[in-house]
Amino acid sequence: MLPDKRGYFGAYGGRFVPEVLVRALDELESAYEETRNDPAFWVEFDLLSRDYSGRPTPLYFAERLTKHCGGGQIFLKREDLAHTGAHKINNALGQGLLAQRMRKRRVIAETGAGQHGVATAAVCAMLRLVCIIYMGEEDMHRQSLNVFRMKLLGAEVRLVTTGSRTLKDAVNEAIRDWVTNVKNTYYLLGSTVGPHPYPLMVRDFQSVIGKETKQQILDRCKCLPDYIVTCVGGGSNAIGIFHPFINDTEVKLIGVEAAGKGLETGKHAASLIGGRVGVLHGAKSYILQDDNGQIQETHSISAGLDYPGVGPELSYYKDVGRITYVSATDEEALEGFQLLCRTEGIAPALEPAHAIFYAAKIASSLDKQHIIVVNLSGRGDKDMNIVAEALGVKL
Amino acid sequence: MSRIASVFAQQSHKALIPYITIGYPNIETTLMVAPLLADSGCDIIELGIPFSDPLADGVTIQKASFHALQNGVNPKLCLEVAKELSRKVKIPLVFMTYFNPVFNYGIKEFCAACADSGVDGLIIPDLPPEEGLELEIATRRYGLDLIYLLAPTSTKERIKLVAEKSRQFIYLVTVTGLTGVRDRLPANLEAFVARVRKITKQPLCVGFGISTSEQARQVAKIADGVIIGSRIIQLMEAGSESLILLQDFIKEIRSAIDKER
Repeated sequence: MLPDKRGYFGAYGGRFVPEVLVRALDELESAYEETRNDPAFWVEFDLLSRDYSGRPTPLYFAERLTKHCGGGQIFLKREDLAHTGAHKINNALGQGLLAQRMRKRRVIAETGAGQHGVATAAVCAMLRLVCIIYMGEEDMHRQSLNVFRMKLLGAEVRLVTTGSRTLKDAVNEAIRDWVTNVKNTYYLLGSTVGPHPYPLMVRDFQSVIGKETKQQILDRCKCLPDYIVTCVGGGSNAIGIFHPFINDTEVKLIGVEAAGKGLETGKHAASLIGGRVGVLHGAKSYILQDDNGQIQETHSISAGLDYPGVGPELSYYKDVGRITYVSATDEEALEGFQLLCRTEGIAPALEPAHAIFYAAKIASSLDKQHIIVVNLSGRGDKDMNIVAEALGVKL
Repeated sequence: MSRIASVFAQQSHKALIPYITIGYPNIETTLMVAPLLADSGCDIIELGIPFSDPLADGVTIQKASFHALQNGVNPKLCLEVAKELSRKVKIPLVFMTYFNPVFNYGIKEFCAACADSGVDGLIIPDLPPEEGLELEIATRRYGLDLIYLLAPTSTKERIKLVAEKSRQFIYLVTVTGLTGVRDRLPANLEAFVARVRKITKQPLCVGFGISTSEQARQVAKIADGVIIGSRIIQLMEAGSESLILLQDFIKEIRSAIDKER
């Protein structure tokens, strides 16, 4: 079973952190191991997933979109309907409960698009934990609605002005906070990145997406899908839907990275396609770096994909060929966004809009009997300003 | 004997180890400051290779790193600077950087280049011994000392592990926190140093937050070496006067430390 004892998925993962944090990670690892084997924890998690987060989320047959593409059948896993508007709540809830068990009353988190921040703030409000969210200045500006939501939910939002002022720098600041306040603080990391055991924990909590999808598609179609398509930033929604299908080798798994202004321009966030192996935020994985090993600035229209690294498990599956990675540009994501709005009356977040675009492209090339599941990982309300601006509309 | 080991072999001598970021505020300054540090009574110089995402560093060194990167500083240039300095300066030089620039350079290639440039050792704050095997092998092969760190949160088992793996001395981080100037030393520092002493005979050098001669004196009383970084970077911000200020500061620290012989 992956990861191994040292937190490695093949050559990727591990624990590249300052010594101060090693003990905290050891404690987290053993607390999680104990929790993971405690059925009572999962009873609580499942109950809250149902009554608080609104799980299971539906698997929706996108008939109009399917017709529009004129090929394979497209199903949408409706994570956009989960509480707080994205799949992020699954992990925030799981780790929030773990923080409570570990008696850590102070929770910190990073956020890019604000979805993980909002989910963490919501769970902390519910569990009565102190919540501090780090967010890059650039992201605060483009996702101001989510900043307001986090504050309403009782979180303190801290501005990050270092580096590119986006998700990468928010993670840096969250880690620095953790280094400083490690004794009383739980770091609720939002993606399947970071040092062991984070990639494992986040995968476990997000795998609910894939487990439900599998059951739902079997119930409905009596077969597994031919394709699963999802966007890849850090990779939490991707590993969440992919993981339960890893051994079903007849299911093609497609991860769509953010090509930003185009891979050839260098202004993108496609770590798996355009990056090289390196170490960022405590784990070895594919990262975007320059010739000198400095982490590169990224670009994506979607704040949630605007990150120069990716989860170690997703890197592993690239090398062994189990997951295929492709990319969609900002423009193509906008096309996917509008396509879903018009055909299905659903505004996706800009992150899964990348997957929508690519899924539509695959669907047109397939016969009717083929099935494609798209992980619609979040809803697009937060992105209205960005989309309006990109389309030249003044609000 | 390694040159770093010789520093600690001197009877009742406490080591003074300054840190400077290469290329901050510019390369010329680095080339001037390092000999000045050596002449003012320092024993080892830590040369920082700037990294874009310095997780263990507070604002002062973050800014210095950012500035140096803007100046176009990269590992190759740092190796050239070290090569030039090792000809001018008689005391050992140690690179301090994060793991990715080293990994990206190629672990073996980097160690070979360090040896060629006259660098004596490496400190990599985001590389705990669990991940260090490959670098340990390469550093030994090229005669470099890989120095590991301990923190107040380190357990007895970890102290043992680090004591076993760290070469010539152990870098003790005073606080659960980042590099940066602080008003006072943490109250539990003495207990922390004592805890490590109980387990190992390795020399212990203490760093993070030490910025005054009084703090340096207190540290010298209990440890074998004093590491100062952020305060030096701050002094280097003073423009044309910075070299004089820096020299006075180091001399002051030196004499404070020597009182604790």
